[in-house]
Amino acid sequence: MFREIWDTGIRSLRDLGAMTLFFLRLLQYTPEVLFRRFRLVVYQVYNAGALSLVVIMISGLFVGGVLALLAYSSLEQFNAEDTTGIFAGLGLIKGVGPVFTALLFAGRAGTALTSEIGLMKATDQLSAMEMMAVDPLRYVAVPRFVGGLIAMPLLTAIFTGIGLFGAHLVAVEQLGVDVGSYWQQLQNVVDPEDVREGITKSIVFGFVASLVAVWEGYNSTPTAEGVGRATTRTVVSTSIAVLFFNYMITAIYL
Amino acid sequence: MQQTRTMEIGTGLFALLGIGALFFLTTQTTGSDDFNVDDTYEVSARFDNVGSLKARAPVSMSGVTIGRVTDIRFDSDSLEAVVTFVVDSQYDQIPDDSDASILTSGLLGSQYIGLTAGGSMLYLEDGSEILFTQSAILLENIIGKFLISGPPDGEGEEEQ
Repeated sequence: MFREIWDTGIRSLRDLGAMTLFFLRLLQYTPEVLFRRFRLVVYQVYNAGALSLVVIMISGLFVGGVLALLAYSSLEQFNAEDTTGIFAGLGLIKGVGPVFTALLFAGRAGTALTSEIGLMKATDQLSAMEMMAVDPLRYVAVPRFVGGLIAMPLLTAIFTGIGLFGAHLVAVEQLGVDVGSYWQQLQNVVDPEDVREGITKSIVFGFVASLVAVWEGYNSTPTAEGVGRATTRTVVSTSIAVLFFNYMITAIYL
Repeated sequence: MQQTRTMEIGTGLFALLGIGALFFLTTQTTGSDDFNVDDTYEVSARFDNVGSLKARAPVSMSGVTIGRVTDIRFDSDSLEAVVTFVVDSQYDQIPDDSDASILTSGLLGSQYIGLTAGGSMLYLEDGSEILFTQSAILLENIIGKFLISGPPDGEGEEEQ
């Protein structure tokens, strides 16, 4: 019994250490890949970012709409419907936008990264690269990591912008909130500080989501089952880590 | 080749959208730059109580924002709050006996300074002080008065 707990503890500690070392090696190669192999990064920005655009935009529209609907129905009781914009806007910019984008990113791009790298490993492509004295970390892991890093803040900004538009559609066009007071109240209450909080979150989440996805793929068991399990772990770990960091950053900025 | 082209266009579109959205978020959702005039003149006013007025609060006249509060200090000699604000030089014909009051925009809104024009032929200029002021209305004081003196005339008589 005690032995098992001890073993699990040691294994977790080892995983954490290996992940940290992996992260440091990624960072070490990042400048080189960014300046000398920029094409690889662009391709990954396309994979992680441009291909996620559709799901991000549609989700943003509906999430913004829901926020406006909920805010309106509560505020209506106090005759304060005009402040719908504040609730929808602050919620989107500070919390819902970055978190939702990160979760969608984990589902759309993170899983793709993990299974791609996992399959490369399972089909011995990574070993082949090593045989040719090409470091797979540099040419496979780093571009995907940097691509995710670049894509996440942009995706978050798009999600939040579309979300505000969705909230506008529901609040102004459907529920009849005055368009002037919607934007005026929003602009009065939202500080540059709030926008900065959202951007900070999106950058941190970009680090977390990309790192977890690349790490899980790189360390997956090279079998069909192993790749499947690694993909599942990517979504679970990213979601937990993102929600944890979301709490931390919100507390710091309070 | 065709595939590279599609990819590059897609990435370009994505980056453009992302940067556009960032720009939108930083400039359009924050209220920091709706009054951005360099050419201004400074006016001050003394209030018994400024309530929750804050620096950067708007100064408006007839509902139009014409200036912004720059500084709020407490004058320990006169035991009053001194509010300094700048007004766009474009509006240089505001009578110097105008009245400044601290108002609230809406029920839950923030506080701002509202100017009501006076009848003087002399105008406010850099360094002038507004003499007629009305302090912020504090909800606590109104409730306090209401509790002590009962409802205002007329409302309490319906029960009879």
